[in-house]
Amino acid sequence: MDAKLKETIFNPIFKSNPITVLVLGICSSLAVTVELKGAFVMALSVIAVTGLSSFVASILRNTIPNRVRIIIQLVIVALMVILVDQLLKAYAYSIDKQLSVYIGLIITNCIVMGRIEAFALGNKPIPSLLDGIANGAGYGLILIVVAFFRELFGSGTLFGVQVIPQALYDLGYMNNGLVILPPMALILIGVIIWIQRSIQKDLQEK
Amino acid sequence: MEYLSLFVRSIFIDNMIFSFFLGMCSFLAVSKNVKTANGLGLAVIFVLLVTLPINYLLNTYILTPGEKCILGPDVDLSFLSFILFIAIIAAIVQIVEMVVEKFSPSLYASLGIFLPLIAVNCAILGGSLFMQQKDFANVGEATTYALGSGIGWYLAIVALAAIRERLSYSNVPPALKGIGITFITVGLMGIAFMTFMGISL
Repeated sequence: MDAKLKETIFNPIFKSNPITVLVLGICSSLAVTVELKGAFVMALSVIAVTGLSSFVASILRNTIPNRVRIIIQLVIVALMVILVDQLLKAYAYSIDKQLSVYIGLIITNCIVMGRIEAFALGNKPIPSLLDGIANGAGYGLILIVVAFFRELFGSGTLFGVQVIPQALYDLGYMNNGLVILPPMALILIGVIIWIQRSIQKDLQEK
Repeated sequence: MEYLSLFVRSIFIDNMIFSFFLGMCSFLAVSKNVKTANGLGLAVIFVLLVTLPINYLLNTYILTPGEKCILGPDVDLSFLSFILFIAIIAAIVQIVEMVVEKFSPSLYASLGIFLPLIAVNCAILGGSLFMQQKDFANVGEATTYALGSGIGWYLAIVALAAIRERLSYSNVPPALKGIGITFITVGLMGIAFMTFMGISL
C-alpha cells in the first residue's frame, strides 16, 4: 500500500476526524448515542452511505455538470440512504424504529456531501470509496466512544448486557440519569475534543 | 387551544437543538456573532414555514396509502419520502432565493448568503421527517409545528451567539478554546432548557 493511500485511510480516523476536528455531521448523530447498539448500527449505516455515495459520485464525476452538482449529489446520497433504510426496515425493524428520523437525516449529514465535494469529484472511484469509508469510520468511532460512556454510566449495561455487578448497586451505587439525557452527549464530545487537542497541540485555536 | 399547546411544545419542550440536535452543523458554525445568527435564524423559520406544509400535503395526499391518497388507497410510495422531501426542500430554497432577490434586494442582502446553506440544514429535513411521524390532522397543525420549531431554533442560535460573544473575553484552557467550550456551553444550555420538560399543556 503506498503512502498516499494509507493517509487517505488513516487520516480521517484520528488526525482529521470529521467530528472532533472538522465539526461536521453532528446533527444526525448525537441522539443515537444513548445505547451502543443504536450507535453501532448508525455508524455502519453512515460508513455504507459515505463509501457508496463517494464511489458513485466519483464514477459519474466527469458527466456531472458543475452547475447542478449539488442536486445530483443530494439525489445520489438520498438513494443510498433509502437503500440502507429499507434494508434496516426489512432485517432490523426494532432498531430502525429506535433510530427513527436519524437514518433519514444521514442525507443532510455534512460528512457525506463534504467528502463528495472535497474528494470524490476529483479522484478515482477506488480511493473515493476508501476515503468515504474512512470518514464514516472516523465518525463512527466517536459515536461508539460517546455511546460506550453513556450506556455504561447511564444504564450500567453494554450492548444491553449488565456489566456493573448487582453487588455494587446493593452498596448504594446508582445509575447516573443525567448521562442519558441529550445535553450530556454534547458535554462528552466537548471533553473528547479537549483530550484530543491537549495531545495534538497544533489543532488548538488561537 | 390545541394549536397553542403544539406551538409552545415545539418551541420549548421539543426544541430542535436541545432535544433532537437538529441543524447542529450550521448552529455551531454560524453562531460567532449575534447579527449573522439572527439572519440565519430568520431564514430557518421562513424556509421551515414554506417547506413543511408542502411536504405535509405531499405526504398525506400522494405518499401515504389510505383514503386521502389521490393515487388510490393501495398505492404505497412512502419509500420515496426521503428523496422527494429533499428535492422539494432544495427546489423551494432555490425558488425562494430567486424570488427574494427579485422583489426584496434588502432582505436578500441580509438573508441571501444563508439561503443555500439551509438546503442541507438538518433542521429543515428533520422537521419534515418528524411531521411524517407525528400524524398531524391538517395543514394548520403542520404549519403551527413549523413555526414553533423554527422559533425554537432561532432562540437557540441567538442565545448561543450572545454567550459566545461574551465567552471571547474569558480565560478558557487553550485545548478547550473554540469548538470544545462551545460544545460544553450548548450542553449546559440544554440542561437549562430541560426545565421546560415537566410542563404539560
